[in-house]
Amino acid sequence: MLTEFGKIFVFILLAAVFVVVAIFASKLIRPARPTKEKLLTYECGENPEGSPWIKFNIRFYVVALIFLIFDVEVVLLFPWALAYKDYGLSGFLVGAIFLLVLGLGMAYEWRKGDLEWARPVINPPVIKKQPYVKEVASQISADDNQTVLQDQEI
Amino acid sequence: MNIYDIVFYLFAAITLVSAFFVVTTRNIVYSAFNLLFTFFGVAGLYVLLGADFVAVVQIMVYVGGILILILFGVMLTNKITNVQIKTGTLQVIPAVIGVLLLAGVLIFKVFLGTEWKSVKTDIPVKTTAFALGKLLITDYVLIFELLGILLLVVLIGAATIARREK
Repeated sequence: MLTEFGKIFVFILLAAVFVVVAIFASKLIRPARPTKEKLLTYECGENPEGSPWIKFNIRFYVVALIFLIFDVEVVLLFPWALAYKDYGLSGFLVGAIFLLVLGLGMAYEWRKGDLEWARPVINPPVIKKQPYVKEVASQISADDNQTVLQDQEI
Repeated sequence: MNIYDIVFYLFAAITLVSAFFVVTTRNIVYSAFNLLFTFFGVAGLYVLLGADFVAVVQIMVYVGGILILILFGVMLTNKITNVQIKTGTLQVIPAVIGVLLLAGVLIFKVFLGTEWKSVKTDIPVKTTAFALGKLLITDYVLIFELLGILLLVVLIGAATIARREK
């Protein structure tokens, strides 16, 4: 007799066995002739440069922090969601108030812009508009600025 | 020794070994990675104790949330691999005395001095989530709402601290 958690345990065991068997079997079968180039970290054919440990942007951390708080909220909502039907409207209101309070926090974050990515500001180079002259345009040797202008007009 | 004992010792071994590596490894990333197995082993122990809801919460919050936060914390540090963790052994004799005293109390007073009762039952343990929900709506409704307010405070506080100063 297997409980539900027992089934999960069987899955975990199978997953572990699968990985171990696959790695061990391939180690038995494959030829192993390592060279210096083969042992390099594969980076799309380029030689790897520097350390792969890079410093993350702080904005990922803020999102993870907000996620954690809503994670805890979900944990509290699960038992409520299972049981609230037995208590009618009052049972529903209990969870509704709880959600409203946390929705307030969500609205605050949204309003304050904490959920926005701090996007890099792009400043495209501004091309000064020159008066468009037909004779100049008809010339074959138009300079760079004017070709850009012509492209924009098309 | 039945199947439950084997599974218990398996999870206990996973927890203890990975916790040992968390403490001893010099690489902070490996330390965080081993913490995954510690949390996972503890979740398995919760399942064996019949605390199914706590086990799921352990996986969801600790493995899914707190470990991610720790990993991000590690990634945010400037030097990750070359950092010199200063863990020298200082004050050996006082440490040994302290540990022996603590272990002595734990083993002789708590472990051997307690009358351990185990209830033999063939009835499969019911899921506790439904009973918990009932309690949250009836007896502990005020605590439930207060938890909501507490989470609101944490949310606003965390956002305020983490916000980039303009």
